[in-house]
Amino acid sequence: MSDRGTYIKRPNRPLQFYAILFLIVLYVPVLFIPLFSFNSSIYVRFPLEGMTLQWYQELWERDSMWAALYNSIKVGIVVAIISTILGVVAARAITRYRLPGRSALVTFIMMPLVIPGIIFGVALLVLMSQLGVPLSLYTVGLGHLIVCMPFAVATLLPRFEGFDPSMEEASADLGENGWWTFWRVTFPIVFPGVVASLLLTFTISFDEFIMAFFLTGTDPTLPIYIWGQLRFPREFPAVLALSSLILFVSFILVFVAQRIGRMGLED
Amino acid sequence: MADTSISQEQSQTRSARPKTVRDRIASKLYKSESLRGYLLMSPTLLILTIGIIIPFFILVMISLWTRDGFAFDTTLTLANYFEAAERPIYGALMQRSFWISGLATFFTVLLCYPMAYYVAFHVHRNKMMWIILMTLPFWTSYLLRVFAWKVILGYEGVINSGFMSLGWIEAPMEFLLYSQTAVVITLAHAWAAFAILPLYVSLEKIDKSLLEAATDLGDGPVARFFRITLPLSMPGVIAASFLIFIPTTGDYITPALVGGPDAMMIGNLVQKQFGPINNWPMGATLSIALVAWISAIGLVFLWLTRKAQEKLT
Repeated sequence: MSDRGTYIKRPNRPLQFYAILFLIVLYVPVLFIPLFSFNSSIYVRFPLEGMTLQWYQELWERDSMWAALYNSIKVGIVVAIISTILGVVAARAITRYRLPGRSALVTFIMMPLVIPGIIFGVALLVLMSQLGVPLSLYTVGLGHLIVCMPFAVATLLPRFEGFDPSMEEASADLGENGWWTFWRVTFPIVFPGVVASLLLTFTISFDEFIMAFFLTGTDPTLPIYIWGQLRFPREFPAVLALSSLILFVSFILVFVAQRIGRMGLED
Repeated sequence: MADTSISQEQSQTRSARPKTVRDRIASKLYKSESLRGYLLMSPTLLILTIGIIIPFFILVMISLWTRDGFAFDTTLTLANYFEAAERPIYGALMQRSFWISGLATFFTVLLCYPMAYYVAFHVHRNKMMWIILMTLPFWTSYLLRVFAWKVILGYEGVINSGFMSLGWIEAPMEFLLYSQTAVVITLAHAWAAFAILPLYVSLEKIDKSLLEAATDLGDGPVARFFRITLPLSMPGVIAASFLIFIPTTGDYITPALVGGPDAMMIGNLVQKQFGPINNWPMGATLSIALVAWISAIGLVFLWLTRKAQEKLT
């Protein structure tokens, strides 16, 4: 960087202070959840009474929680795989072919990012009820697919945009057919994006609430289970314990996804 | 994947057999790049059609029905729309949703701007790390992040019980939870990452030599900011506002968990129509009304972006 050290890049102490404060305010509210999950009092309030793992142990013995967890993992894995595959073909089509109405297409795919989730939730609900399809984990999965598509495409697009089409052409010139060119040239290059997309869409589906709220049948996903427990004040500590675990896993998955997803793209 | 079929088609078109319909389709596919592109796109488009377009049309259709006891009267009528326009509660809730979202948007963009500015101009190493750090919470459970604010703002929550045990206040402050303020705070906190990214991108794009030129020509830091940086980052500000304002207007979780009756928003009313009130046609009407409002506001944002870009060029 040639302009390093000019007056514009001089360190700005107040701004630095603000940035650190910003990060603290961003993270601290969420950290109260694990903090109180170790508190032995049933009331979520200061002063803390004592350290305990009792709530985690209680959680461990709950069959309904395990069932919900299992449902969420099932839906999450299927949604992650399908949305990533659809994301790969969409990203490839968008970057490699001259598509008329390309920007309209991208806008359409990205719509669920902006339009309130409740609209898609109720719209799918009326569709299912008109078709006579009973609500189940499949309907939840379809809802999650709609929510996850924009994230899969947004993660994969820069990967496909970032590499030189002449590499594919070279492979074709050297005698590989389209299928092997895809697996031996294209796929290894976009692979980090695929992994990032899988992790990200899994986490989004795993944590998603509003679609599942409208589309769940008799099998609740984990967020729906938590929502149900929130009505009972005596369940609060167990919900805190469960929430801490979910947040912990989500943070790790997303962090890994972000690192892998940006690997080799910038910096 | 499509390329395999293409190479097959290629060999087919080369062999000089009499043309069948299949050959003709194949040769058309081989010649038309956009057709091949759309073919590759088709599974994705199919899912989005099933998941978005068809449900939306059915939603419009149901909004034109009326409730008839426990069933629907399927004669098409605009009665629900007239009712929604006439009964003050619906208009008031819509207005309140926009008001709360507007406030949340304003504060989020205001508070995130300096942060994005800092990373764009003053962080030189590990920029990516900063961006990941700032956006990480956004990807994790929205429900739990809102729940965290319930824990903090509650009657016996972190703030009240903390201040009381420190002896700063005698009795819990009741206005913290179940108020519009609580909803605005929670929304601003939960959507921060959505504002940071577009702001950062627009600030990062600014040509630093323009700032040096302004300084050379005698502008102080404040004048330089208002004359160069802020106008040039306006597209980012508009994009960030759009990305927060539109989705938060229909938010359900936040007003339901920390809002209470005084901060009920249109999303909660839609849910009530589909849930306890069990008037699906009215719920559909309110959803369509929300979409119409959102589209109108979206167009305003689009127009603003055009204006801002015209000004820049």
